[in-house]
Amino acid sequence: MALLDICRHQDWKAILTPFGAQNFSVSCGSEVSCDEFKVPVGVDPSTFMNTLSENDGKLKLQFNHGTTTLAFKFQHGVIVAVDSRCTAGKYIDTQYFKKVIEINPYLLGTMSGSAADCVYWERVLAQHCRIYKLRNKEEITVSAASKLLSNMLAGYRGMGLSIGSMICGWDKKGPGLYYVDENGTRLSGNMFSTGSGHSYAYGVMDSGHRYDLTIPEAYDLAQRAIYHATHRDAYSGGTVNMYHVKQDGWIKVSQEDVGELYQKYLFKRK
Amino acid sequence: MEYLIGIQGPDFVLVAADTVAASSIIQMKHDYDKMFKLSEKILLLCVGEAGDTVQFAEYIQKNVQLYKMRNGYELSPDAAANFTRKNLADYLRSRTPYHVNLLLAGYDDHDGPALYYMDYLSSLAKAPFAAHGYGAFLTLSILDRYYKPELTREEAVELLKKCVDELNKRFILNLPAFNVRLIDKHGIKDLEKLPLATTSTS
Repeated sequence: MALLDICRHQDWKAILTPFGAQNFSVSCGSEVSCDEFKVPVGVDPSTFMNTLSENDGKLKLQFNHGTTTLAFKFQHGVIVAVDSRCTAGKYIDTQYFKKVIEINPYLLGTMSGSAADCVYWERVLAQHCRIYKLRNKEEITVSAASKLLSNMLAGYRGMGLSIGSMICGWDKKGPGLYYVDENGTRLSGNMFSTGSGHSYAYGVMDSGHRYDLTIPEAYDLAQRAIYHATHRDAYSGGTVNMYHVKQDGWIKVSQEDVGELYQKYLFKRK
Repeated sequence: MEYLIGIQGPDFVLVAADTVAASSIIQMKHDYDKMFKLSEKILLLCVGEAGDTVQFAEYIQKNVQLYKMRNGYELSPDAAANFTRKNLADYLRSRTPYHVNLLLAGYDDHDGPALYYMDYLSSLAKAPFAAHGYGAFLTLSILDRYYKPELTREEAVELLKKCVDELNKRFILNLPAFNVRLIDKHGIKDLEKLPLATTSTS
């Protein structure tokens, strides 16, 4: 590697690729995985994507959007809750989509926005986290993992990626929660919600959240917040998948259908 | 939405920024720091498009630090400001321009305090006082009216409070808190956050 750096006086990759493919290269520090997409010369990815969705009558592709995800910190760690509805425009693809990626036993990533983008890029992140562990013999911190994701996405700025993700975990600095999105925002905080139903989830979370919640109270709050968002937002629904990140790793708390939750809360209110 | 302000005195620069990180109608973070420390006596205040701010500011920050590592001494505020402007200008007509508005504040041991105003079109101006954001429309006239070049630190903080009071009174958006820092020959110092917790503004 060092010798290559010294000898490299010209970008030999650009010369060797056939048809003069333009390399919008974002070097992510790992030679092993190829995260660089070669795009044909003269094609701007985002305008190309727009033509697919605007075409009247002919081919009209609508990419998966619509979600509610949330995560908050409290005295016993981090609670993560997501819905599981996957939509393409008006059509519901599936009610049982996994919107939480288990990166390693201490790290979780949530997904909102375009399903394909999220699934791909968070798996690339998981790859990098694994390589980090192999190289450094310790788990990657939440801060570093979120920065890796953020820098990867920053390279594709303006090209039409749609990712709103929260990286949640527990590392040597304690519980960690970061929000990362496709325009390069990376925020550390105590409470975030993303997706089309995020405002409804914020409403319930903010009014019920305290740092000193007990564990059952925290589970209830997270579940209620997602449930209320699925009730009001057409693009969220299915089931509520809930995880709890503790010091010794995350556990999957529950998976409950929102229809059953509706009956449960309706009964309680009466 | 976002607000930056800087006031230069005879031997100091006072800077303040709001602490809200917003995404459309939601305040995602209430305690977000928009100031980036370039060196012991230089601060870069950066607002603008979501990811661009952090990416650009950190890029400048790391390059200024690299200069110090390579050469053994730090860039002066004037040099750092011009370096920043050059980078902004180079990216302006590229595929990915950075939409960021900046204030660069610093203290040079030879030339004294300096405040630079930069905008997303990469214009650069050295100014005795400056502001960015919608709040600037309300506060620049206050700065014009009450600023004097030989103002003391206390007078500068009072002037800053006048500006913040005006925003609380007339600005349609809620800016609940501001980070305030002072740069002088001793370095960068954190001052009390505004508005003060005890006082209430109607």
